[in-house]
Amino acid sequence: MLDSSADRAVGETPPVVSKRSRGLSDRAIAWLFVAPSIFLLLAVNIFPLIWTVRLSFTNFRVNRPNAEVQFVGLKNYISVLTDGDIWQTMQATAHFLIWTIVLQVLIGFALAYLINKKFRGNDMWTTIIVLPMMLSPAVVGNFWTFLYQPQIGLFNYAVGYLTGTDPSTFSMIGDVSLAPWAIVIVDTWMWTPFVMLICLAGLRSIPSSIYEAAECDRASKWRQFWTITIPMVLPFLMLAVLFRGIENFKMFDLVVQLTGGGPGSITELTSINLKREAFEKWRTGYASAYAVILFVTVFGLASIYVKALNKVKQR
Amino acid sequence: MSSYSVTEPSARQKWAAGTLVVIYALITILPLLWIIATSFKSPSDAIAYPPKTLFEPTLEGYVNLFTTRTRATEQDLKELGEPKTWYDRIVRKDGFIIAGPSRFLERFSNSMIIGFGSTVLCIVLGTAAAYAFSRFKVPLKDDLLFFILSTRMMPPIAVAIPIFLMFRSLGLNDTHAGMILLYTAVNLSLAVWLLKGFIDEIPIEYEEAALIDGYTRFQAFYKVVLPQAMTGIASTAIFCLIFAWNEYAFAVLLTSGTAQTAPPFIPTIIGVGGQDWPAVAAGATLFLVPVMIFTIVLRKHLLRGITFGAVRK
Repeated sequence: MLDSSADRAVGETPPVVSKRSRGLSDRAIAWLFVAPSIFLLLAVNIFPLIWTVRLSFTNFRVNRPNAEVQFVGLKNYISVLTDGDIWQTMQATAHFLIWTIVLQVLIGFALAYLINKKFRGNDMWTTIIVLPMMLSPAVVGNFWTFLYQPQIGLFNYAVGYLTGTDPSTFSMIGDVSLAPWAIVIVDTWMWTPFVMLICLAGLRSIPSSIYEAAECDRASKWRQFWTITIPMVLPFLMLAVLFRGIENFKMFDLVVQLTGGGPGSITELTSINLKREAFEKWRTGYASAYAVILFVTVFGLASIYVKALNKVKQR
Repeated sequence: MSSYSVTEPSARQKWAAGTLVVIYALITILPLLWIIATSFKSPSDAIAYPPKTLFEPTLEGYVNLFTTRTRATEQDLKELGEPKTWYDRIVRKDGFIIAGPSRFLERFSNSMIIGFGSTVLCIVLGTAAAYAFSRFKVPLKDDLLFFILSTRMMPPIAVAIPIFLMFRSLGLNDTHAGMILLYTAVNLSLAVWLLKGFIDEIPIEYEEAALIDGYTRFQAFYKVVLPQAMTGIASTAIFCLIFAWNEYAFAVLLTSGTAQTAPPFIPTIIGVGGQDWPAVAAGATLFLVPVMIFTIVLRKHLLRGITFGAVRK
């Protein structure tokens, strides 16, 4: 369409003038416009990725630049996969991932459902609920350590006030059994609004005529909810879960500021563990293999998930 | 009952829904209000038990944030005479004297330079690429969303190793230019995706008309398409800015001195004898409040960026 009309315009002007006034050809402009972005993405996203893969087969260490670099084959991969600490880290990540997603989906959907009742002022309250997710996770995580202080923290005081326990008797980030929940609570507080916003968009995309038709057929509200609302929102909800899943799998800033992986290594999520290997122990080759394994895991899981998502969408 | 509609919730439902949402909103905003309140407390009020909601406001936290202080003996204080400024007075009350400015202002301006720098670069590159993706046949077009997703699957720590090595050999470690390039690249794929969505919505007929009127393709781009895409460009820019402003993982690994931004700096504020909570809170307040105001003022434009363009309109 575009080309033909542009060509027509060219055809109607004398060839010499047209060549000058047309300036660069479409093809040249397309390349001129795309090339810088592609170059930057290749240099900063793709190239490091390839480099990571290459490093993962060597015994290179950043802090020993003069040592001879040897090709060690799959040794790094084997030692990552046979390392017991990694499995503990994976467990901590799984606990964090599952509970944050469950809580955020339940609360986020409930909030979206309530906001969609269009009560007066819902716009303003939605904005207030969205605030936490716009803020710097590291700064917020750091500040939550203050709210979690046993004696003086607001969180402990509130829990103590509501349950009648002494707020100085429990420490959310110092206790092995509570710390995994401490990070779940802050992440849920911060990211529930994200799930809520996507659900809200899903709810608003349902045409009211469907409910009107269901009402004519005398379908109960309960039935309408399960046969109209839920299936229509499901693709949106699944998309929200995908984004939250990817983000929380690589969670670093919030948790590293909140617990630093502690106490012990009970909240040491994969990214924190990886940082320790790469930038504290300086086992560059090992950490690269670790990174590649993580990437392949997420990539594989996400691909399967996206396939499922597309099936739900088509239904 | 003539105005009864099956899709319009009843007044009672609205009231119940509204109450629940307001309760949740109040609980969710409480930690943020607490940060702001703590920044105006004295150190002893900040750690009082039970937590104090009523207190005498003081700027001590802010003074401590912007200065470094040393303990002074009574002798020293007497020799110095009366404090000359209001901030001197606050510091001397606790037996300290101001030794010099802290590094907070420097970190804060680093955040500004890197945030705005990367946003501008990202928008310039992103708008051009998005226009090309939207209007021309370009290879890789269909893989764009997948590409965005896959670059976001890699934990920042994992790519930080080779980026660290690459920046070191290029002399970009701990420089503003390095961080601007890095944040631009991180934001770019998403920015292109969002901008493409906005440009797709501008009817192609406008440009065709301009081309027929004798505009070159380039003129048509910046005289016809750009003004129409301004709202979209602005909301994408806000999103890029907020990301760069909040980023921590790359900042903490790749910067230490000259180019360090505020997020890695704020948690390191430590007072004499334990963490100086009012100063930390003051730093957090100055850092977080601009984003809060941004969010409230520009809420309508932010939605698309937040939801990764998954949600149109």
